[in-house]
Amino acid sequence: MDRSGSPLGRLSNRGLLLVALAPVTFLTVFFVYPIASILWRGATSDIGSLLESFGKPTFVRVVWFTLWQAAASTALTVVIALPTCHLLALHRFRGRAALRAATTVPFVLPTVVVGGAFTALFDRLGLDGGVFRVHHTIWAVLLAHVFFNVAVVVRTVGSFWEGMGVGPEEQARSLGASPWQALRWVTLPRLGPALASAASIVFLFCLTSFGVILILGGPTMATLETEVWRHAVWRGDLPSATALAVVQLVAVVAAVTVTNRLQRQLVVPGRQQAGRLPKPARHLLAANLAGVGLLIGLPVAVLLERSLSTHGGYSFRNYSALADRVDLLPVSSLVALSNSLLFAVLATGMAVVVGGLASVVVVHGRHWTSRLLDLGMTLPLGASAVTLGFGMLIALDEPPLDFRSSRWLVPVAHALVGVPFVIRILVPTLRSVDARLREAAAVLGASPTSVRMEVDLPIAWRGLLVGAGFAFAVSIGEFGATSFLPRSPDRLTAPLALFRLLGTPGEALRGQAMALAVVLMGLTACAVLAIERVRGPIRGSL
Amino acid sequence: MYRPVHQVLLATVIALVVVGCGEHLESAGPLGDPTTAPESITGQTITLVTHDSFVLSDGVLDAFTRATGVGVVQRAAGDTGQMVATAILTGDNPLGDVMFGVDNTFLQRALDADLFEPYVSPALSGVPEGLRLDSRHRVTPIDYGDVCINYWKDRFDDDLPPPQSLADLADPAYRGLLVVQNPETSSPGLAFLLATISEYGNGWEDYWRALRDNDVLVTAGWEEAYYGAFVSGGGDRPIVVSYASSPPAEVVYADPPVTEAPTGVVTDTCFRQVEFAGILSGTQHRAASEALIDFMLTPIFQEDLPLSMFVYPAVESTALPRVFLDHVDTPVAPHHLDPATIGANRNMWTERWTDLVLR
Repeated sequence: MDRSGSPLGRLSNRGLLLVALAPVTFLTVFFVYPIASILWRGATSDIGSLLESFGKPTFVRVVWFTLWQAAASTALTVVIALPTCHLLALHRFRGRAALRAATTVPFVLPTVVVGGAFTALFDRLGLDGGVFRVHHTIWAVLLAHVFFNVAVVVRTVGSFWEGMGVGPEEQARSLGASPWQALRWVTLPRLGPALASAASIVFLFCLTSFGVILILGGPTMATLETEVWRHAVWRGDLPSATALAVVQLVAVVAAVTVTNRLQRQLVVPGRQQAGRLPKPARHLLAANLAGVGLLIGLPVAVLLERSLSTHGGYSFRNYSALADRVDLLPVSSLVALSNSLLFAVLATGMAVVVGGLASVVVVHGRHWTSRLLDLGMTLPLGASAVTLGFGMLIALDEPPLDFRSSRWLVPVAHALVGVPFVIRILVPTLRSVDARLREAAAVLGASPTSVRMEVDLPIAWRGLLVGAGFAFAVSIGEFGATSFLPRSPDRLTAPLALFRLLGTPGEALRGQAMALAVVLMGLTACAVLAIERVRGPIRGSL
Repeated sequence: MYRPVHQVLLATVIALVVVGCGEHLESAGPLGDPTTAPESITGQTITLVTHDSFVLSDGVLDAFTRATGVGVVQRAAGDTGQMVATAILTGDNPLGDVMFGVDNTFLQRALDADLFEPYVSPALSGVPEGLRLDSRHRVTPIDYGDVCINYWKDRFDDDLPPPQSLADLADPAYRGLLVVQNPETSSPGLAFLLATISEYGNGWEDYWRALRDNDVLVTAGWEEAYYGAFVSGGGDRPIVVSYASSPPAEVVYADPPVTEAPTGVVTDTCFRQVEFAGILSGTQHRAASEALIDFMLTPIFQEDLPLSMFVYPAVESTALPRVFLDHVDTPVAPHHLDPATIGANRNMWTERWTDLVLR
């Protein structure tokens, strides 16, 4: 299958092998080997009770619930995010970049904070009891999943849509198609690869959802992720945890395989067009802003209000308190923030390099190698934090792989989750680069290298930056895997600090936790804006 | 026109990162000047594995290093459950030399996995018998706390006085007022279940049926209970499972400052949690590890515990801070269960509880 367009798009086999070396090593050492080690340990410790747990009725119930809630959350997220994608991709208006960055904000919020904000909202809107009860129901879980993941669809599909242009839609319209028909029969099929990409990320995120399930779903809800944790940590039952982790891994592999196939099949080479973007109709803009504002703005507004409310009216006292160390924390919240920033910068760097190289192999590599790499690099997104954390602890404990106590392990764990974002966003973009564009360049006398530098790179650059923004946001908000990796107390990260602040009574601690959450959001939004403004190595004419 | 703003932001981000790096590089050399230390352990560095809640005031561990010449590297390994599970998984190649923070609810699991080497500290004589739960001294009690029913004082008056006992919570007068945590996902939740088992013995299931009929609310963790459903966080339930040390925390971290805690403790409902330290099996630094355990029972360490971690020092003679003396109702006879009994039954009990209360 040669989707890479002209023969010019192919790298030599040896070159490709060289490019593949880094991502394959990274994945093998930090993911495959640790996961295999912990599953092997669990399976060999008590094979009998492992097999037994597959037959329990609760087991089947948990698997079924995990899958359908993830599917429902994904569908809902895509449907709700599409109008915003359309608005952001095809219209130019004031505050466009800010709105785009704002959708990323929920991504970094620790679930314990979001859970609190939603609970307070339900309370205020009267949705915490009675006929319209949302709290501790599946609706609260779905709503929170949409809140967290709307950014994935908006950014992934949006950046693709923007580069896709509107030529075919205009032709369809001039031939008499209604706007709806043009959307249904022209736009959606062209968006296919990006939709598949985005949906797969959202699905994996919801499949491994942890805090949302426990806090908003209530004590009767359980997914594979929460059950792996409960069995491994709480009940000390490694065989059952392993059985659950294996099923989770199988589900993830199946989901990624299906969406990767979809993503490849749906590729429609499109002409990259640069056109002047129209201004949106006022009612369209208003309706969209209202929708996004309600969904993302309300919970964020609750946090903002709480962070500012102090004794004697609103003030910034909670914010100035971030600089002082509270007795309960080994360092001040500000130091925790700088730790998180450092980890995020390192993790983003690793994710961009590894993800970028892997994308080249996925697009240009042979059939099965590219598919295997695409699958493998995506799996960390769907692995449970418990499995990965414990796996790293028992696998990476001896030279030459003695990384257990290394300060690099936390950013590495974060980068593992960032890499899939880079790949999922980059690959559909690279695949869709119009072959004709390259041929035209070649006909005009450009060498293969200069085609790559001047055609591929500028188009890929944008995708790479969007991916980098996500890698950054994922790292700065990561809680689960970080908490499993033993670390020096003065390398406390902001999400862990936040959790500790909320773990002791006292209005001052809660205020400070809210202020920390708001700073975390603000910092991420700014960082994402800044990252996406980094100029490409070559200024493309596109 | 936006660019300058973003460049400023980017510069800020970079500056913050640089500041962060600087601090990382500093925290290396732990050794002070060893004066009184025996020759053999001076210059050694040992690793102390703790749960995430472990924290001390600045300088406390430095005092140990000054006195013994032994450096201490700390490793935080998640909450107590995570830490114990981690230690069991890494038993053949331990993460450190000493572990602090295993409590009586997880103790048996750790002992069954042979995590610790026995050690009788000379300072143990200052610790009450009731806290020494392992007769073979594989672990040393360092601190304790009580999980108790807390109530919001303003919501009770002469017409409806605060509950006095576990039995009151099942009384229809207190219907819909209580929020507890799931014992399968929360440490105080488990402690409260153990308190009811200690009180009612085999009758605990009937008691929980009554609580359920009385509209008890269950949350997954302490945060959602205390900051979600309980009055303190804006909820409407005035009775919650929390700690005996929660009222002083409400005072220390109050905004605005208060002279009296807004919450009270029902002392008849408390379950005692004891935290231990132990020397991890296979340590290469046995003598230095013993010195650290001894240090944990000295006044400088013991006196730091109340306000750092909101727990009581295990050594009886330790002076307590004012806020603890003023705002804590110490339970006279808290509930307790033998760690071996807990270890043997907890999974069975929590399963039964789940069937009774959540299904």
